[in-house]
Amino acid sequence: MTERTEQAGRTEPAGRDVRAAPDRWSRPAYTRVSRIRGPLMTVPGAEGVGWDEFADIRLGTGEARHGLVLDTARDRVLVQVLEGTRVTFRGAPLRIPVGTGWLGRVCDGLGEPLDGGPPVLGADEAPVAGVPLNPVHREPPADPVLTGVSAIDALTTLARGQKLPIFSRAGLPHLELAAQIAAQASAGGEPFSVVFAALGLTHADAAAVRGTLEERSAAGDLVLLLNLADAPVIERILTPRIALTVAEHLAFEEGRHVLVVMGDMTAYCEALREVSAARGEIPARRAYPGYLYSDLASLYERCGRVRGRPGSVTLVPVLTMPGGDITHPVPDLTGYITEGQIVLSEDLHARGVYPPVEALDSLSRLMRKAAGAGRTRADHPGVAAQVLAALARARRARELGELVGTAALSETDRRYLDFERAYLRTLVAQGTAEPRSLDDTLERAWRALVVLPRRELTMLPGAAIDAHYPREER
Amino acid sequence: MGAEVTRINGPLVEMTGLRGAAMDDVVELGAGRLPGEIVALDGADATVQAYEYTGGLAPGAPGGTVGRPLSAPLGPHLLGGVFDGLLRRLSTADVWLDPARRRAAGPGGGTADERPAEYWPVRRPRPYAERLDADVPLHTGQRVIDLLFPVPRGGTVAVPGGFGTGKTMLLQQIAKWCDADVIVYVGCGERGNEMADVLAELAELDDPRTGGRLADRTVVIANTSNMPMMAREAGVYSGVTVAEYFRDRGKDAVVIADSTSRWAEALREFASRGGELPGEEGYPAALPSALAAFYERAGRVRTLDGAEGSVTIIGAVSPPGGDMTEPVTAYTERFVRARWSLDKDLAYSRHYPAVSWSNSFARDTAALARRHAAAGDPGWEGRRTRMASLLAEAERLAVLAELVGTSTLPGHERMVLLAGDLLREGVLQQSALSPVDASCTAERGAALVEAVLAVVDRCQELVGGGVPATAIEEQDFSPIVRAREEAPSVADVAARREAMLRRLGDLS
Repeated sequence: MTERTEQAGRTEPAGRDVRAAPDRWSRPAYTRVSRIRGPLMTVPGAEGVGWDEFADIRLGTGEARHGLVLDTARDRVLVQVLEGTRVTFRGAPLRIPVGTGWLGRVCDGLGEPLDGGPPVLGADEAPVAGVPLNPVHREPPADPVLTGVSAIDALTTLARGQKLPIFSRAGLPHLELAAQIAAQASAGGEPFSVVFAALGLTHADAAAVRGTLEERSAAGDLVLLLNLADAPVIERILTPRIALTVAEHLAFEEGRHVLVVMGDMTAYCEALREVSAARGEIPARRAYPGYLYSDLASLYERCGRVRGRPGSVTLVPVLTMPGGDITHPVPDLTGYITEGQIVLSEDLHARGVYPPVEALDSLSRLMRKAAGAGRTRADHPGVAAQVLAALARARRARELGELVGTAALSETDRRYLDFERAYLRTLVAQGTAEPRSLDDTLERAWRALVVLPRRELTMLPGAAIDAHYPREER
Repeated sequence: MGAEVTRINGPLVEMTGLRGAAMDDVVELGAGRLPGEIVALDGADATVQAYEYTGGLAPGAPGGTVGRPLSAPLGPHLLGGVFDGLLRRLSTADVWLDPARRRAAGPGGGTADERPAEYWPVRRPRPYAERLDADVPLHTGQRVIDLLFPVPRGGTVAVPGGFGTGKTMLLQQIAKWCDADVIVYVGCGERGNEMADVLAELAELDDPRTGGRLADRTVVIANTSNMPMMAREAGVYSGVTVAEYFRDRGKDAVVIADSTSRWAEALREFASRGGELPGEEGYPAALPSALAAFYERAGRVRTLDGAEGSVTIIGAVSPPGGDMTEPVTAYTERFVRARWSLDKDLAYSRHYPAVSWSNSFARDTAALARRHAAAGDPGWEGRRTRMASLLAEAERLAVLAELVGTSTLPGHERMVLLAGDLLREGVLQQSALSPVDASCTAERGAALVEAVLAVVDRCQELVGGGVPATAIEEQDFSPIVRAREEAPSVADVAARREAMLRRLGDLS
């Protein structure tokens, strides 16, 4: 053990990372691979290799690949990788350089530059697996991250340090919405950065995301990690971890508020399942591994705030629900970990509403801490509660109207249907490149609310109602 | 020594050369002395469940047993503290819990200023003189529980609920307001931000009974979902051992475990890595017996010293996909005395706490009713029965009304629907954020129910006397509905009841 550690110290220059290492073959290299199965290979005869160590693999063609140690015993090491012929082990779990050098860069899923620039360097380095934050030192989230998207800012306000996923399904514009949030989000003038991790994206999607985020990237506020659909599985498992490691450093060491957007998390979970299946592990629900919850938690729980330090990591994972099924393991386990969810609706999308956020199914559990006087605006919580209550009533009226005909509805119910239309048109519908201020958003909410008879606004103080109602209805 | 590690697969570590080791002994692995526990022995070879991240640990690393099973350091110092699953103090630990940098204190080790009174192996129940009947009510301050699904001191409860049903919120309310002497809050694989919230709120709140801080009667075992998975398992047992320790000092202790599903998942993951034959959904076949043994550690007992004490266990269950037939939920509900099922529809209509009245049960109500009667509240059982039947009847009629329209129902049935609304909004719902409503005394709870029942009776008399149902439904019942938030005392509630009855009287 001791000897091996010394050897590691000798051959491992400080701050080494994914990009710089492949040519250093001073560690023992193994050329015998006894078995390859899917993304896994067994290396016999490797000694003293630690669990979760990072491996460099060179193909016969000279091309470099990477691997992670999944199981290690005296005489054989199981490595998760694509095919390869010559393997060396790093002597430690993967570490990457961290620091502000990442800002403004566009990299692949392992952090290697795609923008033609030099490799990203940093004064410090950190393990991508992360280190759990002591719960005693956590600061509960309180202030908002404003996304500039009305449907989210008004009704499901995102708090700094929160994890709030977007639940979508294939064919819906979740990627556009995620990119728009990444492009527009801000934290009230405090230093703000965005880390966008694209997981399993097609080339076309990736190009669109790059386009939307160009301005932010040029301003040096953005780290973009692109793991494409045809990249190796292991890369997809590492990309979110690299994104979060970079974000944690920017937040807790550099004092920035960092928004991490990552998606599609379903692609990530499928990568995890692929490895699990190749290992012959006992499958749990829908053949996903039994540790899916813990694995997702090890990512999602890395957001938050640390007591006594500026900065925060806020996380917006994006996932597509296979077949639109919210009880599918991926959205289900995500929902158990995250603090709420933003649900996109096919129905609204079909009606041409962008972003198609279904407010009644969406929830931000931390909104009551992030919205209100001193955080957003004093009338915000009341307005949001009233809009949601009115939407619930409008939904019931609509269902009743479908049964008995709109004409048979009461006058009040019909006003609720008018409200719903006004709400969609004025508040929710928004351009993909249109940022809205919070004041604009809340005034739009009021414009929808005043469609209702005044007596229906039971959750708002009289003075606020007076200020917004047309004179003749007061 | 001479023992060394031969294989590492995540938390599963195999060792060889261990001499004199026993099952369940704690071992230390590698130069970092990562703690682990022996779960299988074969000659000098052992399988170890490691309690920390094993990244970088390699075959050939040294290891050895510490010669005793995983033991909890017990003592009064635990009160007011925050610990990890192995009962290591978190408040003095680093911001980042890096096992490589943790001071080399073995599991259960503490600093010199807090010498534990004793050590006890967490997997072994502490002895007592005899079991007593569990018929003393635990007052939780949550009306839906105290009025409909009460739990005795020494009872066991499962709280199943899908995500977003307010499970953690309900458990936090109970931790804050129930009238036990000691609360052991085991955060087991749940959210870090929620844990931070619990800690912040406990530190701020005063204990209404002692005047001290609420935190001072609480032991928090925090093992959030990003902390090492196998320590979740230890945390659950550590928690119940701590509760037993206070029980043995004549206290009423409550263990709140949020969530037992995460504990079961840790068992599943470990069994899977060890190549065990799986039971249902990949869970180990030993899961039901592990759950049963855990819940059996609850109870009201006469201690060896002759005092009376109790351990109540309240365990959250997180059924995947809200599926109440999944193994952890299905096993657990067989071993518990009460089930508070949280209902998604209630939660989505912002009805909190979302305890379903049709899907929950409490098997000790008869014994508790006798106790209430003996303690001077003979009306308790009658109120419970009436509430339960009105709610059930209202639910049945609501389905009918959706089909045929409310207006076609006869007047007395429309009054039952009204009664259901009033009970739901004025009694069962409870706002955790309102200072008046967050916790409710037994007397005030009874007054609120009686107010609603009196109003409902008057309404029935009115329709019986020919007053049109619509005229009654159009009345403003908000003074009754809002009494729970706006009438802080029993007298205030009674005043609102009388005012409402007078106003209804004007209709006839």
